[in-house]
Amino acid sequence: MTKVVYVEYDGSEHVIDVKPGYSVMEGAVKNNVPGIDGDCGGACACATCHVYVDEAWVQRAGVPTSMEEAMLEFAENVEPNSRLACQIKVTDTLDGLIVRLPESQH
Amino acid sequence: MLCKLSPTGAAGPSGKLLEQSEKSVSAPRNPVVVVGAGHAGGTVAALLRQYGLTEPITIVGEETIAPYQRPPLSKAWLKGEVDADDLMLKASDFYRENEIALKLGVRAVRIDRDAKRVHLNDGEEIAYDTLILATGSRARQLAIPGVALDGVQALRSIADAEQLKSKLGKGKRLAVVGGGYIGLEAAASARALGAEAVVVELQDRVLARVACEALSTFLQNYHRARGVIFELNASVAAFEGEAGRVTGVRLADGRLIDADIVLVGVGAIPNDDLARNAGIPCRDGVIVDGDARTSDPSIFAIGDVTQRPLAVYDRMHRLESVANVLEQAKQAACAIAGRPTPPHEVTWNWSDQYDLKLQMAGVAFDTDEILIRGDPAAAGFAVFHLRGGRVQAVEAINAPPEFMMGRQLIAAQRPIARERLSNPAVSMKDVGA
Ligand SMILES: Cc1cc2nc3c(=O)[nH]c(=O)nc-3n(C[C@H](O)[C@H](O)[C@H](O)COP(=O)(O)OP(=O)(O)OC[C@H]3O[C@@H](n4cnc5c(N)ncnc54)[C@H](O)[C@@H]3O)c2cc1C
Repeated sequence: MTKVVYVEYDGSEHVIDVKPGYSVMEGAVKNNVPGIDGDCGGACACATCHVYVDEAWVQRAGVPTSMEEAMLEFAENVEPNSRLACQIKVTDTLDGLIVRLPESQH
Repeated sequence: MLCKLSPTGAAGPSGKLLEQSEKSVSAPRNPVVVVGAGHAGGTVAALLRQYGLTEPITIVGEETIAPYQRPPLSKAWLKGEVDADDLMLKASDFYRENEIALKLGVRAVRIDRDAKRVHLNDGEEIAYDTLILATGSRARQLAIPGVALDGVQALRSIADAEQLKSKLGKGKRLAVVGGGYIGLEAAASARALGAEAVVVELQDRVLARVACEALSTFLQNYHRARGVIFELNASVAAFEGEAGRVTGVRLADGRLIDADIVLVGVGAIPNDDLARNAGIPCRDGVIVDGDARTSDPSIFAIGDVTQRPLAVYDRMHRLESVANVLEQAKQAACAIAGRPTPPHEVTWNWSDQYDLKLQMAGVAFDTDEILIRGDPAAAGFAVFHLRGGRVQAVEAINAPPEFMMGRQLIAAQRPIARERLSNPAVSMKDVGA
């Protein structure tokens, strides 16, 4: 299991053990973390799983595909560390990953 | 009954009590019962806990499995890219940890609104204070000879999907009756598994009910180039078989299409009989308001089973989509937990076929103009449906900006500059500005 820390817009933290292979979005939805809907179940089709990856983790979380970038461009309050959580696969190297949720998904 | 706070009660001796009753002032005191353990049922129960509801919650479901996601059944799951565990809506211990009782493998058969009880087919009766109907929809059946043959099936549940998958594979022949999204997705997945696929459609094009001609033509060509055969303007007369197993689809013009398996995908019917039999108004679905409430203030309905208002279009409609499920689950959970009604959403849907990502938003009611942006031949384009120069719906193929901005344009309902919208050189950001 890999620990992922989800920080809601209001500061509440959820530390979740996520099965490696799941996406950061799945880890949230399957454990009822508020603020990540993941309508499309991970098809990169809806941008309802927008997160800010903690600066220390940006590199390890990898780079977004052009599809993800195109979706993100139209999400609200996008920052350089914005990602779609459904496109970040949880692996051992992400143990301790911290992601913050945007106000629009609050 | 709603718990009303009387002034004397609020000034009770125990401070803790006061705090508790204040917190749950508009929350029900007795169980919330959810009928239907599908995407909607599982979601609404989880949201109620997320919103702090402490009352017992029971979900009654006919399927023997905890709530799961259906969209991958015709897509990633069928192709073997995700497994059954990935389909599950929540982690396996979620319901126990959140004190949500799952009663699976039982069917609700009657609602007694006067006594506020739901009767189950195992003889049990469950009292409710608030009832949420999340019974979804079922596949429409064809009334033609041979429908009961082994190998003729619909695709609605994981059980259906397992049966379908077990019969697909190299050299197998799949016949899909009905050129809707599920049928096309199944055909694409079948090709990926090395099976042959024939799509039989009554109309002169696939997706005739939901998409414009440009999109239908594009998709037919895309599928044909990947080996799918289309029989358009073709009516199915019967399914034929040997020793109880299907061997082919007999068309009305007499031709026989050989098939090892037949997928009937001709639409869905809302499971609204529980509500109708209880005297709750229904019309192609249970009629609800913008809080997902039925005519009975203590009964809500969400998901595929509802006939619901669509704020953008100011009319009622029945939707079959996950986005609709989530929106209505939020509406009901907010109303039950005493939160403000969430903002309206523009309905949307998606489909994956081969390497195509389709994203559709809005509904093309009474549109008078179609505007295409981009080149269909290049497999990256969008179709905008306008009424009075305002965007009502968009279908985007490998075109996320068109989809994302299209949703915003639909929500805004203001006149659009046509020459800018149809010119791909003008970015969607600038079109929307
Ligand atoms: C193959 C397939 C692909 C799809 N693809 C997409 C897609 O790409 N995008 C999209 O947005 N949507 C898609 N959908 C639609 C989406 O899955 C549905 O809109 C969604 O499942 C509806 O959820 P629901 O909870 O309202 O109904 P359902 O998921 O149908 O769940 C209802 C549940 O209630 C149970 N039930 C019914 N009556 C009773 C009773 N009396 N007592 C107890 N239990 C009862 C049923 O057994 C069922 O388990 C797809 C659907 C299918 C089948």
